[in-house]
Amino acid sequence: MIKIIQCLAVCLVLCLSVSTGFSQVLPPPSNVTAMDTPNDDGSSITIKWDAAPADSGISGYQILRRLAGGGLEEVGELLPAGTTTYVDSTIETGNAYAYIVRAISETEATVESDETAPVRGSGEWFHTGKIPLLVAMLLFFAAIFWNIFDARSGKEIFIRRIPGLEAVDEAIGRATEMGRSILYILGLGGVEGPSTIAGMTILGQVARRTADYETPLRVPCNDPIVLNVVREIVKTSYLDEGRPDVYNEENIFFLSSEQFAYAAGVDGMMIREKPAAIFLQGSFAAESLLMAETGNSIGAIQIAGTDSEHQLPFFIAACDYTLIGEELYAATAYLSRDPMFLGSLKGQDWGKVVIFAAIMLGVILELFGVNWITSLVQRVR
Amino acid sequence: MRRQVPLVLCFLFGITMVLTQFSPHSFSQKLYEEVIDWALIISPFALILAVITLVQAHLTRIRRRVEHWQYSILVFVGILTMAGIGIPFGPKNTAFEWLYNNVQVPMDATMFSLLAFFIASAAYRAFRARAFEATLLLISAMIVMVGNVPIGDYIWNGVMSWLPLEDGASKTRQWILDLPNLAARRGIILGVSLGVISQSIRIILGIERSYLGGGD
Repeated sequence: MIKIIQCLAVCLVLCLSVSTGFSQVLPPPSNVTAMDTPNDDGSSITIKWDAAPADSGISGYQILRRLAGGGLEEVGELLPAGTTTYVDSTIETGNAYAYIVRAISETEATVESDETAPVRGSGEWFHTGKIPLLVAMLLFFAAIFWNIFDARSGKEIFIRRIPGLEAVDEAIGRATEMGRSILYILGLGGVEGPSTIAGMTILGQVARRTADYETPLRVPCNDPIVLNVVREIVKTSYLDEGRPDVYNEENIFFLSSEQFAYAAGVDGMMIREKPAAIFLQGSFAAESLLMAETGNSIGAIQIAGTDSEHQLPFFIAACDYTLIGEELYAATAYLSRDPMFLGSLKGQDWGKVVIFAAIMLGVILELFGVNWITSLVQRVR
Repeated sequence: MRRQVPLVLCFLFGITMVLTQFSPHSFSQKLYEEVIDWALIISPFALILAVITLVQAHLTRIRRRVEHWQYSILVFVGILTMAGIGIPFGPKNTAFEWLYNNVQVPMDATMFSLLAFFIASAAYRAFRARAFEATLLLISAMIVMVGNVPIGDYIWNGVMSWLPLEDGASKTRQWILDLPNLAARRGIILGVSLGVISQSIRIILGIERSYLGGGD
């Protein structure tokens, strides 16, 4: 009996030693740290650990967390081998959490890391990753301020000729001579759209001239708020020119907020009323060519301007003059010749010069294998 | 006062909105979202005024019997039908949805499909090789058009087989789109972005006041 027990014990020891020899011992994830995720609103904690050796046998990781005083719970899905970072975005701000990283082998064997110290998520008031962006913005602001003050001192500022804006007077004069109306289309943008605001500013200048010439100015609107602002702009322009009697509120009206219904309505107006001049200034989408081509077919002089770069080829093909991108924003300065506007335009040009120089420098440095400008730009999100 | 109050509000909110872009804190983000939501409150009031102008315009057309005044009656039929069903029964009502899907959507699709013919007529004018730039445009357009259809590569491989470039039509097309076209687009986007920033500064500082209805 004793011999049988001895034999069984020997067999057991042999089996255990053989199985241990063939199976691999999983190394626990090392240097596991948990920290409040930087530059966020305090809604996440980042867990990091060292990469395991390639032959460690680890096939994945599972993150476990413990709310202070509570039990362990699994967080998220199983992470693939090779992962060394996990962002837990399911925390409740203000609570402290401790984390364990569990390594899992293909045979479902598991080993756990040490538990980290409890960490709380807290929101930051300033995003340190955006410092380069802030510096660039402040420099751009400074350039614009400097040029505005410079322009106010009476210094002459050169502004290149923009044919589309030179043609504004020609278009209004043509409509006046022909005794026909002018159609001003602001596109689909809301009042918060920069291109709509730019379009409205040009409208103010156009309205001053139509007030002088007593030319009917028709403005079909797509947005109710834009409608109200436009009415005020045109009314003020007529008042400024001393011609409130010529102002007709009915000429500025709401057409439709639907894209193609608006385009159909504008096309109908063009065909029926045959305006002599058409301005298309603002934000446009697929309806741009529907309107511009109809305007072309009735022989109207057309001046378009948009920052929607996908619509620019359509306008260039169908209109007599097109303000390309930034020219739309330069229009106010060009038409009014106000030193404040001209100064900001010059500051804008300084910004372009700096960006162009940075691009050229970046390309040259990249050719020599130096990529610090590229990596700086990539870091700014 | 009528001018000063909006200008002061614009300055304060403008600066605050800029600062929220540099602060990830939940307070900043909630403030940003809250202010954006406020804009929605104004829309319904403006819409009422807009509909009133629409009704006034078409009533005038009917009263004066201007050319095609009969179409203005259709406007009222449309408004009354959709409002008559939509307001009491909501947008999920079967009749409302049927009208939307079988009247509004097909009409929109009709307008959109017309675009193909407008593009053809505009392209015909734009691609006439009257100048060096127009000729460049014509050649690029031909390559992009041919490269977009499978037969383009078939023709290229048959006719240009002596060139060491397989499927050259689609590859050249892609090169045009990825390099010259994208470079030009990015140039425009950079200029527009700087223009937008510059305009925003002018608005925040109260230099540009067109959004207030013009004037000084």
